Amino acid sequence: MYHNIKELLQAAEDRKEPLWRVILTQEQELTQKTEEEIFAELSRRYQIMKESAERYMKKEKQSKESLIDGLAYQQYQYSKQDTLCGERLNKIMSMAFSCSEVNATMGKICAAPTAGSCGILPATLIGISQEYGLTLQTTLEGLLIASGIGAIITRNATVSGAEGGCQAECGSAAAMAAAALVHMRSGSNEAMVHAAAFAFIHIMGLICDPVAGMVQVPCAFRNASGAINALLSADLALSGARSLIPPDEVIEAMYQVGKGMPKEFKETSLGGIAAAGSATHYT
Amino acid sequence: MELSIFDVLGPVMIGPSSSHTAGAAKLARMASFIVGEEFDEVTFFLHGSFAKTYHGHRTDYALAAGVLGLREDDEALRNSFSIAKEKGINFYYREADLGNVHENSVKIEFLKKDGTKQTVIGSSLGGGLIKIFEVNGFSTDITFSSPTIVIYHWDKKGVIRDISEVLARYEINIATMKVSRSTKGGAAFCIIETDEAIPSMVDTELGKLDHIIRAKSLTLNEGSY
Repeated sequence: MYHNIKELLQAAEDRKEPLWRVILTQEQELTQKTEEEIFAELSRRYQIMKESAERYMKKEKQSKESLIDGLAYQQYQYSKQDTLCGERLNKIMSMAFSCSEVNATMGKICAAPTAGSCGILPATLIGISQEYGLTLQTTLEGLLIASGIGAIITRNATVSGAEGGCQAECGSAAAMAAAALVHMRSGSNEAMVHAAAFAFIHIMGLICDPVAGMVQVPCAFRNASGAINALLSADLALSGARSLIPPDEVIEAMYQVGKGMPKEFKETSLGGIAAAGSATHYT
Repeated sequence: MELSIFDVLGPVMIGPSSSHTAGAAKLARMASFIVGEEFDEVTFFLHGSFAKTYHGHRTDYALAAGVLGLREDDEALRNSFSIAKEKGINFYYREADLGNVHENSVKIEFLKKDGTKQTVIGSSLGGGLIKIFEVNGFSTDITFSSPTIVIYHWDKKGVIRDISEVLARYEINIATMKVSRSTKGGAAFCIIETDEAIPSMVDTELGKLDHIIRAKSLTLNEGSY
């Protein structure tokens, strides 16, 4: 049984198994479920992610119910123009927005790992899966790896914004997604966990400052940027770049930064842009 | 690692908040399960962060949906007020200080037309996890993470033995059991968490025992496959 990333990698090496299988085996031992049952549940949750990522991408909302309504549609329309980041990244940002819009307006989402960060995994996994025509099996293996990494973060640190700031929520989602993306592009086990480390390093210290206490602004934008963070972290690791500090230590550093963060910056809406003069108009 | 991957990749829920929406809905649904009776009016006494942010996080819709029996991943949750209206159930929301309890806590008071009242107090712990710690004045500790049996009975010798016997007959292993009573020989409240799913026959069998007021079980299928 592994408890951190180092042990997870070691188990994969000892057993000469892919990372997703090591995570699957541990899940089976814990829950006594079969491989088929676990993949069926992964597939069900992936489907829910897909529905929330696509819901408002190509369809404009009729009535405005939240501060972020219309972002997904706007970004999707823009993606077809001459953009700086290209069509792929803009579509992925649109999907991340769509998930946040669904969440903000009482729609069904899969909190992965939290409701506030529910757009990052769907947008990146669906986007890349479609772009490369990957099989559902490969994508679900990625999702399994993301969940395994997320479980380690939850065990050894936190994924809660109230406990660790946005770095713990959107940072963890991006780290989970980055590892999954490396798998989906056939990278090594080592590259997967270093991609996760990069995602944290990029946003270490990011605070949680929801305007008017609602999971909308800046959350939706941090889902979009979090998705891009996952993609570039995966690309860095796939190119061969490695984190100077081992992933377990990076996770611990994120946790310590979160603990040391004043409470104003941890989902209380007392700091950051939530405390900006204009934010008071929305309470 | 004592953590299932689906604790991290989930819950599947209605937004916007796992603690203030999904957890609140589940808490209210479980409270209404414990109460186990029809009711005409429900008052929610909101504590801490629940009191401060309940409207922005739609905690009010979620609590109403929960007592109506809607699951936390049911999109009908957004229509809970109109469903309640059709059923003729009234909801009231009050801010309250429940003392030294979790930030996201609520006291739920179920009232019937005849004036009888039942109260349940619990907390939403984050990530959709919940805990109920008081039922009609009995202190308890229910998390609904395993199949659970709720039994109201009289505090008489042999009752617990009889209950255990029924469960043994159905090959159900008791994981935890907590009994609380008002006074010696008075009304008592027993919560049993089991390892195995509980067949509905068990409720009937338990109901036939001496000194049992009522028994009701909940075999969880909380979206957790």
